[in-house]
Amino acid sequence: MKETSPKESLLEYGSRYLRKVVTGFYSLIQGMDITLKYFINPKTVITQQYPENRDTLEMFDRFRGPLSMPHNQDGENACTACGICEKACPNGTISVLSTKDISGRKVLGKYIYRVSQCTFCGLCVEACPFGALAMSNDFELSVYDRNELTWVLNKPQATSQGEC
Amino acid sequence: MSAAATLYPLQNGIGNMVRNLFPESASLINPVLGVIALVILVSSLAGLLILLERKVSAHFQVRLGPMRVGYHGILQPLADGIKLVFKEFLKPRGADSFIFYLAPMLPLSATFLLMAILPFDHHLQLVDPAGGVLYVLGISGLTVLGILLAGWASNNKFSLLGAMRSGAQMISFEISMALIMLLIVMVSGTASLREIVLSQQGLIFDWWIFKLPFLGILSFFMYLIVSTAELNRTPFDLAEAESELTAGYHTEYSGMGFAMFFFAEFVNMFVSAGLATTFFLGGFHPPLIGIPLIDGLLNAIPGFIWFFGKTFFIVFVYMWFRWTFPRVRIDQLMSLEWKVMLPANLLLLMMGAVFMVLGWAG
Ligand code: SF4
Ligand code: SF4
Repeated sequence: MKETSPKESLLEYGSRYLRKVVTGFYSLIQGMDITLKYFINPKTVITQQYPENRDTLEMFDRFRGPLSMPHNQDGENACTACGICEKACPNGTISVLSTKDISGRKVLGKYIYRVSQCTFCGLCVEACPFGALAMSNDFELSVYDRNELTWVLNKPQATSQGEC
Repeated sequence: MSAAATLYPLQNGIGNMVRNLFPESASLINPVLGVIALVILVSSLAGLLILLERKVSAHFQVRLGPMRVGYHGILQPLADGIKLVFKEFLKPRGADSFIFYLAPMLPLSATFLLMAILPFDHHLQLVDPAGGVLYVLGISGLTVLGILLAGWASNNKFSLLGAMRSGAQMISFEISMALIMLLIVMVSGTASLREIVLSQQGLIFDWWIFKLPFLGILSFFMYLIVSTAELNRTPFDLAEAESELTAGYHTEYSGMGFAMFFFAEFVNMFVSAGLATTFFLGGFHPPLIGIPLIDGLLNAIPGFIWFFGKTFFIVFVYMWFRWTFPRVRIDQLMSLEWKVMLPANLLLLMMGAVFMVLGWAG
């Protein structure tokens, strides 16, 4: 106990001791006050009864579900196939398969995303310099076949929604 | 024997009926009936307290708690019980069989033994030993013994460590507990729980918490702190600090072995709250305030309802503590007992004696 210097008189020690007891109790009572307020206000409860309220369920904006790639009305996305997200991912979840368009420019061919490997860390979203990625609010992901967890995120313009 | 004790003889209708019907074998039948009542009470209390703990904790933490089994999860304790019964009770290799199986029974039997002497009402008490307080202190040692044996017999370092820690904790806080009880024994002049309750007869200001000027409230709060530690509940639940010890002394127990520890822990909470009611809150006496009309109404409510009401209020306070406060460290816990509680209790006892001599109390 460093704080008790040997010069401290008994009176000082006693008053410090008493002050500690009083402030300690005061802070404990503050804590109990907060929890009591929660207890007598059932409205504060934030748990939701999930399968029953599927229709009215509201997810939070910051919830991290699987990756998604927003598309505008014309079916275009902001991805330039730079591959930074692929490098940023610690799990090798993403494969950016680029291709060349008619003018010989590198464009995105298939954006392959393997949900089964993703930890929903969000590093890819942070890394993308073009804001082409987002995390969706979806969480009902269970399927019977592992292969169904390999997704193609970009909508291929010409071809049908592609298999990998 | 005081006037109040003769006013309310320790007999009840069922006992008298048995005595009238079977005069010879009444001394056999009545204890059996009492034991059956006790078993029913303990098992229903265990279920109720488990549900209560979950619901109360959930609402303190802005959650709902169990909602699936029955209306708002009412049947959850039943489901828990069925699960625990069907789980296998495994014994780790190299563990001492006899002690391993014996250990969980000790805390549970301590709980039953303590329930037997709680005065629920004027005539609802199984036995009333003259040295009731001494009996309480002696029996609560069985819980410590069970925990130490469980840790020792598990053949597991973490269990042993957890058992040692909780043994040290419970034994040191038992000293403070004994001193607080001693204060009440001193001012009420009797060690029988029933007589202690009867010594608080009268208005609400005759309860020991208010009757002893200032000392009563102080010692009541100290009793709450000390008994929380004695019960191994948060903020003093170092016996099962999951970050260091996985589950403490009952790491190796599964199925019914675990359930016994668990039940004992929950019902002990009730017992300890019941003792607080007995010692400080006037036991089964209604809180009379001296206005004849209201007092008449309050008197019409049977005593055991007052007892259970007060006890469950204290149980709620224990739960409130548990879900509000963070856990303390083991050295903080020990210095709280040996540097704060014990000196303060000794001081309290001396002040109580001074009050007695000056005639301010009792
Ligand atoms: S969220 Fe994390 S794990 Fe998932 S794809 Fe992005 S970087 Fe990889
Ligand atoms: S999503 Fe972003 S980081 Fe990934 S390839 Fe496309 S533009 Fe680059």
